[in-house]
Amino acid sequence: MAQTLADKIWTAHAVAELDGGATLLYIDRIFLHERTGSIALKGLEAAGRAVREPGLVFCTMDHIVDTFPGRGDDTRMPGGRAFITTTREAARAAGIHLFDIGDPDQGIVHVVSPEQGIALPGTTLVCPDSHTGTVGALGALAWGIGSTEAEHAMATRTLAVTRPKQMRVSFEGQLAFGVTAKDMILALIGAHSAAGGVGYVVEFAGAAVRALEMEARFTLCNMAVEFGAFSGLIAPDEKTFAYLEGRPFAPQGALWAQARAHWQTLHSDDDARFDREIRIDASSIAPQVTWGTSPQHEIPIDGEVPDPAAETDVNRRKAMERALEYMGLSPGRPLAGTPIDAAFIGSCTNSRLSDLRAAAAVLRGRRIAEGVRAICVPGSSRVKAAAEAEGLDRVFTEAGFEWRESGCSMCFFAGGESFGRGERVITSTNRNFENRQGPGTRSHLASPTTVAASALAGRIADVREFAGEDT
Amino acid sequence: MSMQPFRRHRGIAAPLVRINIDTDAIIPSREMKRVSKEGLGEGLFANWRYSDVATREENPDFVLNQAGFREASILLGGVNFGCGSSREHAVWALADFGIRAVVAPSFGSIFYGNCVRNGILPVRLEEAVIAGLAEHLEAAPGSELTIDLPEQVLLTDDGSRYGFEIDPPDKEMLLEGLDQIAMTLRHDEAIRGFMARDREARPWIYAIPAPRASGA
Ligand code: SF4
Repeated sequence: MAQTLADKIWTAHAVAELDGGATLLYIDRIFLHERTGSIALKGLEAAGRAVREPGLVFCTMDHIVDTFPGRGDDTRMPGGRAFITTTREAARAAGIHLFDIGDPDQGIVHVVSPEQGIALPGTTLVCPDSHTGTVGALGALAWGIGSTEAEHAMATRTLAVTRPKQMRVSFEGQLAFGVTAKDMILALIGAHSAAGGVGYVVEFAGAAVRALEMEARFTLCNMAVEFGAFSGLIAPDEKTFAYLEGRPFAPQGALWAQARAHWQTLHSDDDARFDREIRIDASSIAPQVTWGTSPQHEIPIDGEVPDPAAETDVNRRKAMERALEYMGLSPGRPLAGTPIDAAFIGSCTNSRLSDLRAAAAVLRGRRIAEGVRAICVPGSSRVKAAAEAEGLDRVFTEAGFEWRESGCSMCFFAGGESFGRGERVITSTNRNFENRQGPGTRSHLASPTTVAASALAGRIADVREFAGEDT
Repeated sequence: MSMQPFRRHRGIAAPLVRINIDTDAIIPSREMKRVSKEGLGEGLFANWRYSDVATREENPDFVLNQAGFREASILLGGVNFGCGSSREHAVWALADFGIRAVVAPSFGSIFYGNCVRNGILPVRLEEAVIAGLAEHLEAAPGSELTIDLPEQVLLTDDGSRYGFEIDPPDKEMLLEGLDQIAMTLRHDEAIRGFMARDREARPWIYAIPAPRASGA
């Protein structure tokens, strides 16, 4: 029978069918971070249970570590040090791989796991973090879980999962100039809502997805959870294999050849059936930016802030009114041109080398606007080193950006550093929720190039008017 | 962790019918102060519940601060309740506050699983039904609802009955308050058998460098 990509991975990992319809799925890789993984490790310890196959469990320090140069275990988050030291002790006691502060391979979990070749096509990978689906871009079935489920996965190497429904989102045609994977996913969420993918695993397909480089594919899958999806995934291809070859934890030699032969079978069969199909003309997508407090509150950069009065659904209308009030915006006005206080480039969505290169191409030889605070936080220490090797750090700092150590940083407010109440931030992150980047902070999600262009302009700007020669 | 089983619960219900209530709103990150599951109830909805988060000055407009709703143990929410961050702290905070059930048209999937694993019953009902219930609760603060899990039904005092769906494994876990690890280890032989076969079939999954103690 014809199978989808998700079917193939699911079947290959089914250990047992449980009474009542769930499947006990084998889990190939478990990743933790100091924010939620610490609790899972402590929980197991308290229950007197061991981690089964600790060599297949990984942990990084990313969420609350400082991103200032010369950092140590101290962090601006109150009580943060305890998360870091507890995680380190628990990780060592359990014998799992730890990418600690100061390790050249440290970074944001969803950047590190593909960069190290830990996430691989056809694997199942879980992490107590909602953006775990990022690595679905490699053709892995990867999803976010809670801390209690993480304990379960570590103790048993399995999870009981009810099979999600399946959706295919096909982006046909070609992206226009200045439009990125970030704009694709925002456009999808805008058109089909932040709950549009609830209950589904979403396969991204179509010519415009095939055309994306590997790093851009991570951006696309990263925000599948913002669409409400269980996870996102993309069939592996030559770009995937080229990306993985030679990475520290990727198979080597004869095993590489064997793995690769298997990976080549990982695609949805021609006549595979999906529960739902969405087709989007990629060429019709403009650079996107959010105006409200849900990723579904988004418009093309040259659009107008919508009027709640035109919304017939009462709950949606109320949410829009709340969002406009929180964001300090009025309906019916263009968003482009709105003055900003800050610009942020970073997060598991958009902090890889290609993101930094694209932003740097906009910034090169220019200065950000007076009064704007701009920050760039590479997604991993490896990304940072690679960027510095090609001089991108100087492009950022000469333009007026802060250049930081890698971590989640101001993607979310943990109680330490923030942008400030009422401050308007254009940000390459994935969540524009109320207070996400600080109490009262107003976040506008956009691509790294839109963030760079806006930082230069001091207002929300259309990157197509700013593109450097080499963008 | 052992959890409180859920069979039948009667309690005050509070309407908080906003769409896309995310887990950052349920428990702001800065309220997750310790490496612990305990004591998170105070931080529940902190940004909405307090007009000054630092001094804990209450916001009188927020439903859980209003007479009749302070002792709520059932929460009515909007579409996509608990979306966003995977933080299980959102559920621990609800439980610590005393919430036993959340009723919404749809849930964020990680949040839904976290509820089930912590003895909170997530009830899916149609948006229109919830709107009707919310209207009734607003008119009569302090009204109670009854939720019967074995029967899969939500009951109002005026005799309305609303059936709801729940997957059998989730239902069993809630009814029994089971430790899921122990449940799964009943299949340990199957797991070990799978792993032995898998090592043959996909050796590259297991051939990775040994753990190292990195960094500091
Ligand atoms: S960068 Fe932001 S979204 Fe990504 S894992 Fe870190 S906190 Fe979560």
